[in-house]
Amino acid sequence: MKWRTDDRGWNPYLAGALTGVLAIASVVATTRILGKTSYLGASTTFVRAAALLQRPVAREHVAAGEYYTETKIKVDWQFMVVVGIFLGALLSSLTDGSLRAEAVPPTWSQRFGPGVGKRAVGAILGGIVAMVGARMADGCPSGHGLSGMMQLSVSGFVALAFFFGTGIVVARLVYGGRNHE
Amino acid sequence: MNEQILGLVTGVAFGFLLQKGRVLRFDKQVAAMRLKDMTILKFMLTAILVGMVGLHLLAHFDVLAFKHKPMNLGAVGLGGLLFGAGWAVMGFCPGTSVGALGEGRWHAVFAIVGMLVGAAVYAELYPFFKRTVLAWKNFGPIALPETLGLNPWLVIALFWALCLALFVWFEKKRL
Repeated sequence: MKWRTDDRGWNPYLAGALTGVLAIASVVATTRILGKTSYLGASTTFVRAAALLQRPVAREHVAAGEYYTETKIKVDWQFMVVVGIFLGALLSSLTDGSLRAEAVPPTWSQRFGPGVGKRAVGAILGGIVAMVGARMADGCPSGHGLSGMMQLSVSGFVALAFFFGTGIVVARLVYGGRNHE
Repeated sequence: MNEQILGLVTGVAFGFLLQKGRVLRFDKQVAAMRLKDMTILKFMLTAILVGMVGLHLLAHFDVLAFKHKPMNLGAVGLGGLLFGAGWAVMGFCPGTSVGALGEGRWHAVFAIVGMLVGAAVYAELYPFFKRTVLAWKNFGPIALPETLGLNPWLVIALFWALCLALFVWFEKKRL
């Protein structure tokens, strides 16, 4: 086992362990500094961003929406975490030369060809279904997977089993089996 | 410190580690679902193993409180199915999509647009889901140790043993 991956990344066990430390530190920091315990997550931010984007054209509709009212539309701690993920990834990729403009991911291209249009349709449809699911389940692989399982929440274990279980079946249908290259 | 600044600092560190671990890639996420490359599982499970011990120690000394998400059967079950299906096609999860954009994989924009539309769709359908899927059976915010009637440290020890065995197998199979 190597500390560095072939493309100058970090060993995933090392990066994962440091993420565990970060998760602990962030729970302590939000509790101590903000007086409000927050666990890492990402998908609620998409609801807030969707509401903020709709506001200029449909102010009353957003204000009347039950889900938006319950979610409280504001640029909060988690919203800035999600913005930070973008910046942190950019910074990291600049330090090791892995920043790369990519129009279509290689695995997708092998299966469906290099067309950007097809990829766009697949990603948008997949994104819609995935986010409806994440909001219904009340979390994504960050909120349920990382934060939920760290706390030994039953919902975290069940959610991750469903995420991966379904993912394995659908990935097989969409990209072909293990030996299908 | 201000809430937004703390969030930003936390997010930058999170995004940095996600990128260094190489778990932001579409290809890594799909490869894990095709059981060909377990990088994202190694990353996730190690983070969980470390976080689990630290959080339970701190909770034991009352430094922090747990916030379990409710175990709502219909919501987590059907929501989990939908998420898994969408995840396989999209190749990103909500957190990694913005990170992928950060490392130049600009096609992640399509996934982000899809998820923003999905969030708006969910908000429109929420009153309906609230009467149906979300109302089936809610066990509330339950934790594994209490549910199984076991000491939390025993559950943690068992989970560590299971994951370490899985890691040995991943390395042996070069996954």
